[in-house]
Amino acid sequence: MNSYWIGIMTQTGIYLLAVLGVCILTGFTGLFSFGHAGFMAIGGYVSAIAVKFGDLPLPVGLLLGTAAAALVGIAIGTPTLKLRGDYFLIATLGIGEAIRMILENWEFVGGAKGLTDVGSGISFPLVLCIDILVIFMLANFLRSKHGRNCIAIRENETAARAMGINIFRYKLLAMGISCALAGLAGALLGHYMNYLQPTMFNSVKSNELLIMVIMGGFGSLTGSIISALILVPLPEVLRIGSAQEWRMVVYGLLVVLIILFKPTGLMGYRELTIRGIRNFFRKIGMLFRKQAARKEE
Amino acid sequence: MLFLQQLINGLAIGSVYALMTVGYSLIYSLMSFTNFAHGVVVTVCAYVGYFVLSFFITNIPVGIICALVSGLAVSVIIELSTYRPLLLRNAKRLYLCIAGLGLSIMAENLIIIFLSGRFKSYPAEVLTLGNITVGSATIGIIDLVILGVSVVALVGLELYIRTSKDGLAIRGASFSLDNASIMGINTDGLMIKVFAIAGALAGVAGFFCGIKYTAYPKLGSSLTNKAFISAVLGGLGSLPGAIVGSFILGVLEVMVAGYVSSTLRDVFSFSLLVIILLVKPTGLMGKSSEDKA
Repeated sequence: MNSYWIGIMTQTGIYLLAVLGVCILTGFTGLFSFGHAGFMAIGGYVSAIAVKFGDLPLPVGLLLGTAAAALVGIAIGTPTLKLRGDYFLIATLGIGEAIRMILENWEFVGGAKGLTDVGSGISFPLVLCIDILVIFMLANFLRSKHGRNCIAIRENETAARAMGINIFRYKLLAMGISCALAGLAGALLGHYMNYLQPTMFNSVKSNELLIMVIMGGFGSLTGSIISALILVPLPEVLRIGSAQEWRMVVYGLLVVLIILFKPTGLMGYRELTIRGIRNFFRKIGMLFRKQAARKEE
Repeated sequence: MLFLQQLINGLAIGSVYALMTVGYSLIYSLMSFTNFAHGVVVTVCAYVGYFVLSFFITNIPVGIICALVSGLAVSVIIELSTYRPLLLRNAKRLYLCIAGLGLSIMAENLIIIFLSGRFKSYPAEVLTLGNITVGSATIGIIDLVILGVSVVALVGLELYIRTSKDGLAIRGASFSLDNASIMGINTDGLMIKVFAIAGALAGVAGFFCGIKYTAYPKLGSSLTNKAFISAVLGGLGSLPGAIVGSFILGVLEVMVAGYVSSTLRDVFSFSLLVIILLVKPTGLMGKSSEDKA
């Protein structure tokens, strides 16, 4: 396999983390964020500054980036998550744009030209390991009491509150996890590309992250993973003429159609598990056996 | 008198924001969802204005009427095609936001494909209407036209809502849509009317933005963001708040651009939004911001 495809796979693995972050927030807690690229930017720039100017080792930079994104997420979530849903939506939109514009005008980090030589050293195996670790942790989180509480909030806030769930705390928890993952993805991306530019984190990117989760299905971790694995490499495959714009047209149309006709997305609330696949094939096998038996008769 | 010049310019921009924000707030107060497709109307009408003025007739009133009619049509089409089926199914309000986002992504990229992503400048005769000199200040006539038309439209809307029967229905429905429906108000028809009004105002806003900033595919979404900021500043769901918030934002932006730095203008606006949400999320005139659930 040549380095081009390994590069695409690495990028897919990195973006997958951000998609998983949005999935926890949107798919499992029922909150929509229109500015997650902004949290990726925070993670990316904090880690880059720590490694480039602070001479800290790469893992420390990654951790700092992740923590910074989570902290900003919690700081913005604390006042707005108590309010009506639209406030949170507008706040995430605002913070996403504000972060990008501040970075574009901040000469210390290179402004709109971006920051180069931020320290590299991210390889595909490393990204793969982090992906597997994160997926494992998230799957466990969703099975835990805390994860179930988040799902309860998505299903019906009033009922969840009546069951004694502290709605605000769990929304904040989901926001923190989600922003931390976005920050980690941003930090990995910066060190993988070895440069950072504010336009890498524009609102189109935020929308794409959200679209991937919607297409994958609300409330399905594997659905989000599948849709990220398909949709992230897609722009690389479609590098011809105005294919990029058509891609966004199709995305927009698909989102409207999904919301209109199948609001649960590709996988719905189901997960793709090994047992599920085995059961599926067993069912098909049964069908064939039945037909064979019928023929013998 | 640079200050007077800046003030008039800021008020003109603020009035354009107000046209946009009022429509958005009207829809929000009735159906309590954020209409992300509002920007589509603005962009489409900026292009309609550009084509009418460049290729058919260079006349501002004709342009305004064309933009108004097309804005009304586009907005009603969006309501009937996308929001209506969702509302009938009683879908979660956030789903409506997402559908609107999908629409705006689609429209933006279709415009890039078919009309190219370049900035389209309105014909020069419109842009250089001349200036008035008051003391030592030069004020563009076009700014005064924008301000005048917008104020007339806003006052007209306020009168319509205060005095007409439909206005009473809108006020009732913004209190509680279900109760209004029980009281015999045709809420489906009312929603179409509200979308028509919001679309017409957004159309005029799009035309004026085309004059002031040229027409380009991202015009609508950048203006939608400004409308959100104005709406939050004034208090989400409050019409007078929307108007006051828009004028304040317009003037502040122009002042920041004029006296501090023009590149910091948008940074300032978005930072303002974040600060308001952190400090006083109800805005200047908003009442409850808690979820009724």
